Amino acid sequence: MANAIEVEKLRKEFKSYSSRSGLIGAFRDLFTRNYKIIRAVNDISFTVKQGEMVGYIGENGAGKSTTIKMLTGILTPTSGKVIVNGMNPHKEREKFVQTIGVVFGQRSQLWWDIAVQESFRLLKKVYRVSDQAYKEHMEHVIETLDIGPLLDKPVRKLSLGQRMRCELAAALIHNPPLLFLDEPTIGLDVLVKLKIRKFLKEINEKYNTTILLTTHDISDIEALCERVIMLDEGKIIYDGSLQELKANWGEGKQIQFQFAKEVAQEELNVLTADLKVQWQAGERENVWTAHVSPTDMSDVIGRVVAKYEIKDININEISTEEIIRNIYEEGVVYG
Amino acid sequence: MAKYIEMIRIRFLMMLAYRTNYYSGILIYSINIGAYYFLWSAIYGDKSSIQGMSVLQMTTYVAVAWMARAFYFNNIDREIAMEIKEGKVATELIRPYSYLGMKTMQGLGEGIFRLFFFSLPGMVIVGLLFPLELTTNVSTWGYFAVSIVLSFIINSELNLIAGILTFFTLNNEGLLRAKRFVIDLFSGLILPISFYPAWAQEVMKYFPFQGISYIPSMIFTEGFRGQAIIDGLMFQLMWSLILLVPIQLLWKAAKKQLVIQGG
Repeated sequence: MANAIEVEKLRKEFKSYSSRSGLIGAFRDLFTRNYKIIRAVNDISFTVKQGEMVGYIGENGAGKSTTIKMLTGILTPTSGKVIVNGMNPHKEREKFVQTIGVVFGQRSQLWWDIAVQESFRLLKKVYRVSDQAYKEHMEHVIETLDIGPLLDKPVRKLSLGQRMRCELAAALIHNPPLLFLDEPTIGLDVLVKLKIRKFLKEINEKYNTTILLTTHDISDIEALCERVIMLDEGKIIYDGSLQELKANWGEGKQIQFQFAKEVAQEELNVLTADLKVQWQAGERENVWTAHVSPTDMSDVIGRVVAKYEIKDININEISTEEIIRNIYEEGVVYG
Repeated sequence: MAKYIEMIRIRFLMMLAYRTNYYSGILIYSINIGAYYFLWSAIYGDKSSIQGMSVLQMTTYVAVAWMARAFYFNNIDREIAMEIKEGKVATELIRPYSYLGMKTMQGLGEGIFRLFFFSLPGMVIVGLLFPLELTTNVSTWGYFAVSIVLSFIINSELNLIAGILTFFTLNNEGLLRAKRFVIDLFSGLILPISFYPAWAQEVMKYFPFQGISYIPSMIFTEGFRGQAIIDGLMFQLMWSLILLVPIQLLWKAAKKQLVIQGG
């Protein structure tokens, strides 16, 4: 099967100015400016196959949006190779954008003052979609996203959830084989999120649409993507299945104890010195969390309960969110 | 091509959504024209003509210049600047059309709207208030129509250039204001070019500005006749072609320079 996206040693550098402080500094800035070169994306390489759904995650400022902008042909790479849908996005922009759909969660691509259907009509003309193809495809989209009643309203009168569904429909008017979603569920309530996820799964199955998704909501990724690419400071730190990530990092359990009296970390360490346990202070007073491997679980609980008076115990799986947070904090993926 | 025509229609719809703004605009333009009418009447005094123009021709010149302005004037420079500042240009670049072409079409949609909802009713009102001399010569109307289309092209091209410069400065409010003032002054909107000192007239031959307002207004008031009309139209045509060159060069450089602000 053909690759939808091929990226090799992609790099993007920005020149950024730093202002000097104070009034004198401001005057000096008038004549000479300090600037430094910031590498937002640092020699990344990956490929995405047709029909894959890939989660592209990273902290704020990790370079996700910059990558997407290069993949969609908006920004020119400083160096490296990008081939998307068999084309160089920047060189053949007008032909290339015909084959992709893009949703930027934080900015609208519909025309603010006119009814949604007028925007759709313009986009239909822009992408040269035939009446028949439009009818066949869009009727289904409009029905699934439940936006029929919204079509004659101007965009500025829609709620965020309504607008996002319309944006998604607008990105799909020409039924592109590749869809970029940049934080599509930002600020949406659970019901709308579920609807959008279900819809994305459906079009992926029906048309074998490739989807590249960036989000801060890990549950989106869990629901949709089998593969994640994780970015930190412009570099890819993990590229593989979500399953594997969980297996390597999420092994073990967390046991949260709420003690009746104050307990020192030293005591706890001594108590479980021969077991594989890490103690961590909780957010509230007298709360400690033990990270243990499953085999040592009963031992730890037994010893703690025998020695201290306990008010409450919670046993948790390590959540994906937590795994990802740990990875961000350490900046590398082991194993 | 269908997409560009659709864009004109969309812009027309958008303007229609805010049409009440325009009725106050007609009033403001009428007051402007009135002020110039009284000013010129005072300057003329007893003289029957200055620089070969009668007071009646001058009043008509002023009225037509302002009403033509409603057609060729547009805000695409400001819109481009704003779309760059807010990062909205990103969503424009993921569409399979030429961004500058679409902007020009939006300007045209706006121009057509203003022509029907502003210039025409405005001209009727002004015609009732002040003595105007509207020619009955069909060929003059024809030349005038060609001329204001070229005005629109030249003015839009200058707007595109000013707008694209935002890619490099990221905030060029001052430049846009200066451009607007220069155009109002040197295009002949406020004062016909023939009233400028000879050296200034000579200098202005090397700038496109008089192609925006002076030439169509002179054609309409029949201040230009015969060869002068053809020369005027050729001047406009030449500039509308020349200005395409800096637009292409700037746009190429701008795309390389492009930094999407915000996110």
